[in-house]
Formats: sequence, structure tokens, C-alpha cells
Amino acid sequence: MYFHQVYLYWLASFILFFVAIIIWKDKKDERYFTKGLFWFLYGILFLIGDWTYQLINNKKLINVTVGVLVIILSLIASTSTMKSAPFKIPTKNFVSSRDLEKKIFFPIILIPVITMIGIIFLKTNNSGYFFLFGSGKYQAVLVSLFSITIGTILGLVVACKITQETPLQSLQQTGKVLNAVGWTFMLPQVLAILGLLSNQSGMGTAISWLADSLYIQNRFITVALYVLSMALFSMIMGNSFASFPIISSGIGIPILINKYGGNPEVVASIGMLSGYCGTLMTPMAANFNIIPTVLLNIPDKYAVIKTQIPTSVSILIINIFLLYYLMRL
Amino acid sequence: MPENSLESLVGIFLIFLGFLARLNIVLTALCSGIITAAISHIPLVNIIGKIGEYFLITRNLPFIFLIPLLVISLLEKHSLTEYAKIWIAKISTATAGRLLMIYFFIRQLSAGLGLTGIGGHPQLVCPLLAPMSEEATLRKYNMVSLPYRVRHRLRCMAAATENIGLFFGEDIFVAFGAILFAHNFILKSSGIQTNPIHIAFWSFPTAFFSFLVHSIRLRKLDADLAKILGGTK
Repeated sequence: MYFHQVYLYWLASFILFFVAIIIWKDKKDERYFTKGLFWFLYGILFLIGDWTYQLINNKKLINVTVGVLVIILSLIASTSTMKSAPFKIPTKNFVSSRDLEKKIFFPIILIPVITMIGIIFLKTNNSGYFFLFGSGKYQAVLVSLFSITIGTILGLVVACKITQETPLQSLQQTGKVLNAVGWTFMLPQVLAILGLLSNQSGMGTAISWLADSLYIQNRFITVALYVLSMALFSMIMGNSFASFPIISSGIGIPILINKYGGNPEVVASIGMLSGYCGTLMTPMAANFNIIPTVLLNIPDKYAVIKTQIPTSVSILIINIFLLYYLMRL
Repeated sequence: MPENSLESLVGIFLIFLGFLARLNIVLTALCSGIITAAISHIPLVNIIGKIGEYFLITRNLPFIFLIPLLVISLLEKHSLTEYAKIWIAKISTATAGRLLMIYFFIRQLSAGLGLTGIGGHPQLVCPLLAPMSEEATLRKYNMVSLPYRVRHRLRCMAAATENIGLFFGEDIFVAFGAILFAHNFILKSSGIQTNPIHIAFWSFPTAFFSFLVHSIRLRKLDADLAKILGGTK
């Protein structure tokens, strides 16, 4: 009996269902039904795995059903039902406990440490990997998610011990935070879907054709085009999840990796980071760039963006040189 | 080259429209994707199927956010942010620039360890980092209040430091969503196998340079402050 990735997703379903039930019970909030429905549907979507394909032998039907549910989620998300609740103002009656002051960061740090150990161990120790996951092809994502889950479970044990709380409390608090986070919970996936779908519709091919038709035979200029396009598309589409599929399939993979033999890991990494440079310069990334001006009472909405532009542009230029020289490694 | 793929660029235009119309970004993104795909002659049923398929593939993104919440939310109930503030308030440095440089380092380092939850604009920058920068400047130049423009510049720099430290630190954390997304996409679209640990490793040069560039700018901030406020000592 091997460990499957879907087991981890079932844990996520469990948490999401719990949140839905908490919200459905709290009838004081007049929009409780749709809010709860959002988390409930998300929980259902995390249940789906290989077992679903084995049960219902129609992959297309499953995908279309999921697609419909995603559209429903988006509709709920886009109405004011799911407006993110205002962030909690720090409690005025906070009394620091010397004991907690020293220990409170330990479970937090435990999570990444265990994650790293898990990932490195499972990468290097084949028998360990086979024991857990069977002798298939190495799955990097599964290893990462598994390690971070183990890290969290251990962190939770420690956290419960030092705060003298129960895991049930942890679930309730998680529910509160998710309720406050609201619809932005689905944003990374939606932007990633935008990128993938746009690419599927031929945007990557269009970019590739544009790049080719400029007859650029110069590797440096191609690298510059890749880096700047990543930033530009991130600016347009809101974050680099959306731009990455398009630009890497338009320029990164066919030209930098295949034609020039570039190191795919370098190309991917610097591409993603160039996308981040774009995110720093766009009002579409409201959480990072616009909301702070509101919180900090700065009259110019674009002030933070303006402050970030010099750093962002400098790093873009540096990235061009980094990618040009490092891709040959 | 397939003639109809140039039409897909209309998606970019649609997103602009959505943004100008102040539509919710989820709605804009999804509609833009659907319309772009429709214009590229993909049947509607296939489009919805693709949305479903891509959603299932990218579930690791919210997963990585969700699971650690079990620990973080519990500790938040016990004033995790307040303790973070205590630790940061212990940094008594003479100038705003140096304070922000230290915070930048902490932010980048903790993001690199996957601790993206510590920090944030409402939780830390607004209530603590920005006031601390202003405090430091007031103390250094022996003033009671700062000119309008200086105050705003300090606040913008605090917010910018937070964003830049976070963005160029988080890609170092191997389990981070963006790294797994890149790895997955390259594998699925071209069959090329990459090692996420290596992708994370190659984020180091850019992270290093971002620290360098931003530190230079913070140095300049201190120099500018000295010029503007130095006379009133």
C-alpha cells in the first residue's frame, strides 16, 4: 500500500469541509450559505484523484464537471459575498509571556526545516522513496507536498504543546483565517489557469512566431526578450503564474532551452523571478502595491509602485546578464 | 505558422479592459481565458474541460498555503505577530535606511525558509516598520515631526522593502508554489525533467543582487535624509 498524493489532498478537503461547516453553523452572517458553499465546493475539488478516473471511466466528463464547479466558485468569489474581511487589529490587551516569547517561533521554523530534510532525504535515499511511494518515476511535487505536510503535523504537535491547545482549536482558527482571506484563496490557481489556457489558445505560439519573425539570431537579445517579456506579461496579467506558461512556451523552451541548449532550471528560475519584477510594477497586484498606500495613508495610489520601479528595472537588467552567462552551465 | 494563434493575443486586451472596468480579477482572468480560447476555435465544452484539468493540476498552490495555516493560525491566536514585533522592536538602529536593510535581510531570509507568513503590510509594515523608520529619523535629526514628503517617502520605502524582500526570498524555498508550478509546466508541456531543488538554487544569484541593489537605494535614502534634514540638528 503506497502513499498517494491524493491522500494529502484529502487532508485539505477535510480542513475545507470543516471550515464550510463552521460557516454554515454561524447563521448570524446573512451570506453564510454561499460563503460556506465556496469552501465546501473547494473541499470537493480536493477529493478528486486517480481513484475518480478509475471509478468513472470518462476523463473528459470529470474535467468538464470540475470546470463547471470552478466557474461556480469564481462567480461566488466575484460577488461581494466573499469580500475579504478586514484584517484583525492587534489586541490592545496583549500581555507577553516570557515562556512563549522564547518558544513561539520554534514550531514555525520546524516546518521549513522538516520540509527541507524530507525533500533532500527522499531525493537521495531511493529505498526510502520506494518504501513510501512505490517504484514509479520520481515525483518532485509529491515529495515536496509530503514533506511540508509532515513538517506541519510535527509543528502542530509542538504548537499544541506550548500553547496548551488542541488540534480542534487549530482547525477553528484556520477556519477564521480562511474566512478572512476569502476569495483571494483561489487567485493563484485562477491566474495559473489563465496562463495555461492562454498558452493552449496559442499565445505561446504567437509569441514564438513574433520572436522568430524578428530574425534575432543573437542569443543575448533573445535572452533580453525572454526576461523583459516575462516582466511585461506579469504586469499585464497580474502575476507571474499567468505569464510563465506563455513566455516559457513561446521563448523559453523552444529557443533558450532547445535551440541554444540552455539549462532548463536556470531558464525557469530566472524567468519566474523576472516575472516577479513585473509584479512589483503593476497595479494589478493590488495586495502588494495598492493596498499598502491605503493602509499607510499615502495619497498617491501608485507611490509604492514608483518606489519599486528603480529596483525592479535594475534587477531585470541584472537578470538578463545572469541568464545569459548562467544558462550555459 | 498557424494563422489563428495571433488572435489569442486578444486575451491581453481583454485583461486591460477588465482592469479598467474594475471588475473582480478572478472574473476578469477567467473570462479572458475563456474568450481567448473561444476565439481560437476551441469548442466551449473543451474549454471548460481544460479549466477543470488545469485546476486539478494546480491544486498544490493553495495546498502549500493551506496546510501550514494549521500551525500559523493557532500561533496567531497566541499573538504571534506581537512577539514578532517585540523581536523587531529590539533592533535599535540609528537610521531608517539601516533599519530597513536589517528588516530586508530578515524578510528575505525567512521567506527563503518558507516563512512567508511573518511580515505583511497590515500585520507588520503599517503598524510597526513604517512608524519605526519615522521614529529613527526623528531621533537622529532631533525633530518633533517630519515634513510631509519625507514621511511619505519613508513609508513607501518600508512597503517596497517588504515586497522586494518577500518576492526575491520566497523562490529559494524549494516547496514553494511557484517553483513547483514551473517544474510541472515544463515537464507537462515539453517533457523536460527539472529538479525543483536546483530551480531554487538558481534563485540565489538574483536574490543576492536584489539585496545589493536595494541596500544601495537604502544608503541613498539615508544620504538624502541627511541632506534634507541634516541642517536642523
